[in-house]
Amino acid sequence: MTVLTTEPLMVETPTQLALREFHPFEASGARYVYLVPSAGIFQLDEPSGAILDVLAQGPRSDDEIVGALGQRFSEETLRDGLTELQQIRVIGDVGAPREQVVNDLPPEGFPLTTMVLNVTNKCNLACTYCYEYGEDKIVDTTCSDQPKFMADDTARDGVEFLLKESGPLKVAHLTFFGGETLLNFPVLQDTVAYARKRAEEEGKRIEFSLTTNATLLRPEIIEWLAENEIGVTVSIDGPKEVQDKMRVFHSGKGSYETVQPKIKELLRVHTSRPIGARVTLTRENLDIHRIYKHLHEEMGFWEVGFAPVTTAPDRDYEIQDEGYVRMLAQFGELARDWLEHAVENRHHGFSNIKDTLEEIHKGVSKAYPCGAGLGLMGVSTGGDVALCHRFAASDDHNFGTVADGIDRDKQREFLEEHHIKNKTDCHTCWARPICSGGCYHEANTRYGETQAPNLHFCTWVRSWTHTCLEIYGELSERNPSYLARFDA
Amino acid sequence: MKNLKPINQKAGRIEAQIRREQLDVVGLESQPPEGANIPLGCSLVFFPGWEVDSDGGTAGLCQPVERDLFDCHLACFWPAHVPDQLNHSPDWTAKCASAQKDWRKLDLVFP
Repeated sequence: MTVLTTEPLMVETPTQLALREFHPFEASGARYVYLVPSAGIFQLDEPSGAILDVLAQGPRSDDEIVGALGQRFSEETLRDGLTELQQIRVIGDVGAPREQVVNDLPPEGFPLTTMVLNVTNKCNLACTYCYEYGEDKIVDTTCSDQPKFMADDTARDGVEFLLKESGPLKVAHLTFFGGETLLNFPVLQDTVAYARKRAEEEGKRIEFSLTTNATLLRPEIIEWLAENEIGVTVSIDGPKEVQDKMRVFHSGKGSYETVQPKIKELLRVHTSRPIGARVTLTRENLDIHRIYKHLHEEMGFWEVGFAPVTTAPDRDYEIQDEGYVRMLAQFGELARDWLEHAVENRHHGFSNIKDTLEEIHKGVSKAYPCGAGLGLMGVSTGGDVALCHRFAASDDHNFGTVADGIDRDKQREFLEEHHIKNKTDCHTCWARPICSGGCYHEANTRYGETQAPNLHFCTWVRSWTHTCLEIYGELSERNPSYLARFDA
Repeated sequence: MKNLKPINQKAGRIEAQIRREQLDVVGLESQPPEGANIPLGCSLVFFPGWEVDSDGGTAGLCQPVERDLFDCHLACFWPAHVPDQLNHSPDWTAKCASAQKDWRKLDLVFP
């Protein structure tokens, strides 16, 4: 092949370089850049940091930059630095267009990795903030035609659905959810036994987990959970006065006294899988240190994860701005504590940070905030497949049934509509590779549509992601071998 | 890299990609270094000019330059599209439905 080169028609003006899209952070005295949208992280040496400082004042030609820094660094070092910074696209031609937000959809037939079975839509608690029964509910399960309890046959159809839709994957995950999951213990037992048998026949493995409020744990149930290696997450808000404020029985009585001894027994007997606590934070419930200490150190949960309550604006338990500031400060302190443990290769139970660090380590740059509607789907008691468990039985968020399979047209339409390319508010945000607009259910509750980016969380998400970047940078300096735990 | 240190997995992949881009294109008959950029064109598609000369042989491959344009026409290796399908040569491949069969019908183009 022949390629012609042509003489330039006019005298070239020197290229003006400018900063491109990235987020700077510092850790252990070193400077780093988090690239957007690629999500790569590079450590800067002193000359490359100085080049960015010069360009922060406005576009310059490379000769101007070399001139400005010639006293401090050799020309060769600066030219190398300029080249490398351009190669990773932290700087570039001032007129170059912004990086395009990718707009490719996931491949057709993307395998299902996790199915969440809502085995009942009844609950023996009446937690004030509950998204399933409270003021912000999506489906009125008391009046709907969905059965109160999932039948054996529906659950078995669910297992077949998971085996089929997981395609080439050798391992799939089945999570039981509710309502209160243990209200339908007979179906759990039958489903686990059936799923194990069928998975073996198909040459696959299914891993099980469930979420419970712990009120119905009995010795024989705990025994069964341990024997079957079922991962357990307990919804619990903290010490007695915190738990009893929102997590109450229908009579209004708090649930702490009921669950505390049962959880102790669960943690004593069930050691085949780590057991986690899942805390809902509200305006009245923000003493995160105390909750963490109680649940991890005093009760013995392996991990504790925190999530702010999902609510429409102006509910009296909604966390407001000053609450997020308080939450962030405490998350930051727990994160530092986690870091000191990680540096010494010790376990720390603050689970929020680990998920974010894993994403930072891998450098994920997401088109969707989570796997809902793609690798994860929820199933209602009647067998309808939904976007996720929080939308189970909602006609507006339906993706087919376990008997008939995934409605691929609806799924494609969903993926098309919810892609980051459509969330134009996010296109100028440096945190979008990790956030991608945030939870669909949160958006639906807050703004009435799943497509909306969760703009009320922006400051919080950026601040928390920045903290996690600092922790990651420091860990990469002080104990880089720890990061291999996130490789898988 | 001398000035920058890749920290996370994605940065490692970016660095590897930059290294690959700096490797030269190599001839297929030699043992290519790992990650070298191998010209794929002629192994996938029939490109008159690369694969046959104007006499149907291989003695004068890529000669003259005016005959070695089919790949440029498809993949646009040039600073501008040559032959220019929009303005100057809209019908250049009109008689060449299949390059394997009809390559002799491709005319000379003077860029």
